[in-house]
Amino acid sequence: MNKLIGFQSNSRLRMAEFLPWILALLVFFVLPDYLSLGAQILTYILFALSLDLITGYAGVVTLGHAAFFGVGAYTCGILSAKLGITDPVVLLLCSAVVCALLGFGTGLIVLRTQKLTQLMLTLAIAALCYEIANKATPITGGADGLTGVVIGPVLGLFKFDFLNKTAYLWCLAILFVFWYVIRRLIYSPFGITLTGIKENKQRMQAIGVPVNGYLLKAYTFAAVVAGVAGALITQTNQFVGLNVIGFEPSGEILVMLILGGVGRIYGAFVGPLVYLVAQDYLAKQFPEYWNLGIGMMLLIVVLFAKGGVLGIVDKLKLYWRGKE
Amino acid sequence: MTPVLQTFGLSKQFGALTVADQIDFQLEPGARHALIGPNGAGKTTFVNLLTGRLTPSSGQVKIIGQDATQLSESERVKLGLGRTFQINSLFNKMTVMDNVSLGISERLGISKKMWRTANAFKNLQEETLEILDLLGIADDANEIVSQLPYGKQRLVEIAISLGLKPKVLLLDEPAAGVPSMESGRILKALDALPQDIAILMIEHDMDLVFQFASRITVLVQGAVLCEGTPDEIAKDKRVHQVYLGDPDE
Repeated sequence: MNKLIGFQSNSRLRMAEFLPWILALLVFFVLPDYLSLGAQILTYILFALSLDLITGYAGVVTLGHAAFFGVGAYTCGILSAKLGITDPVVLLLCSAVVCALLGFGTGLIVLRTQKLTQLMLTLAIAALCYEIANKATPITGGADGLTGVVIGPVLGLFKFDFLNKTAYLWCLAILFVFWYVIRRLIYSPFGITLTGIKENKQRMQAIGVPVNGYLLKAYTFAAVVAGVAGALITQTNQFVGLNVIGFEPSGEILVMLILGGVGRIYGAFVGPLVYLVAQDYLAKQFPEYWNLGIGMMLLIVVLFAKGGVLGIVDKLKLYWRGKE
Repeated sequence: MTPVLQTFGLSKQFGALTVADQIDFQLEPGARHALIGPNGAGKTTFVNLLTGRLTPSSGQVKIIGQDATQLSESERVKLGLGRTFQINSLFNKMTVMDNVSLGISERLGISKKMWRTANAFKNLQEETLEILDLLGIADDANEIVSQLPYGKQRLVEIAISLGLKPKVLLLDEPAAGVPSMESGRILKALDALPQDIAILMIEHDMDLVFQFASRITVLVQGAVLCEGTPDEIAKDKRVHQVYLGDPDE
């Protein structure tokens, strides 16, 4: 079993934690044709990380996390296409601020509830955001998507190129920053308090913890991270479609996280990688049936490997240790 | 001395059902007080009214002389009111150490810290170990709680609430579900509790009540039937009636 992080846990980086970064840099040099997919995967990893923080650690159930991802994406897109703001850093900050407000506002409502009610509320909020994006055609482009997004060079130096080299490294840099922050958060007393809330909310109240205050902070921060991920996808694609907002991407990101492993940071890395690579491969091989492959993959994980792909890795490690 | 816990006319109705009926109660500093009563007398309801889990239909709760009727559960904890649960309410997947540290961390204001690593707070660890030591479970500090025997889990339950440095501690049937061979451990732990904490114990086990308490309140059908020293209660005819039935019938 994946041991919970507690007050005694050692937060020092382990060797295996360098692996994703080494791998990501390798991809950049070895697989230059896949940088577009790569940038997308990095963005979804960031999105999944934010979901892991709120669901895997704090225990908030949500089927509407893409509300933030989508609003982040649209904020970035609209500011660029309609108002001519093109600086990628400024755009990220704007998306972050908008999503912080949205996360705080919806958090006030969502976090008062629990379980199924909470799930339904988050779903409703995501559906609302979707409908707004769908109907406000003059601003969002509606079903046709938002075109005319122009992104300037990063820090005025690195132009977004059609091979997506800049986009890939830009996404990687932002992911790295947020990974570091989230990792610190999870090993901090605040993070362990969130775990406590997930484990036993009632007892947390009885030991003097103002549970909703803590959850609201975490929820707002997760919204910011999801919003930044959304802004990154807009910057990479220079286009915003309805597929970034609403129920579908909310469900998708949850599937990715479950696939990788919930409540362990690196599940959020493995899940999107496996899911999006499989999707890419299956869509090329079986353009009409790729969903079937994803579905079967999830079925296998849920039935036989509750901890996701990383859960399987844990079991293999135990098995090897037992052999020695 | 002002009582550390007081209620005035505390009542709770669920529809037509009255589960707490005009309860006037007070707890002196450092008291060892027991609340007894037959099943369904409303003991746990009374505890939930005190802690803020339930809001009263009418009446007032004062903690350390301060009106707490409108305060939330966590705010009352900060005034100095701790409790344990009749049925264990622990953090089952966490270690004994972490179970106890969570509350201490909140009290010391450490829980809000988002950047520093949790294991850097040595004072937190020391305080946690002190409490585990006091209750005799320091050897199990690094065990996962769900893997401990039930008797020890009951001690963790008490340890968590001690971590809050309560001035008033409500023990809701501390020995409930503990096999009789282990109940001695619980009593030993209760004896070790700091004298300056006022304790209100709700308990069915009369042996435990009479060994532990210096004052007893009897609750029947949501109302206080009588209050007194263990001797007075043992002799009280009404109490006998409630527990053993009317001898004339």
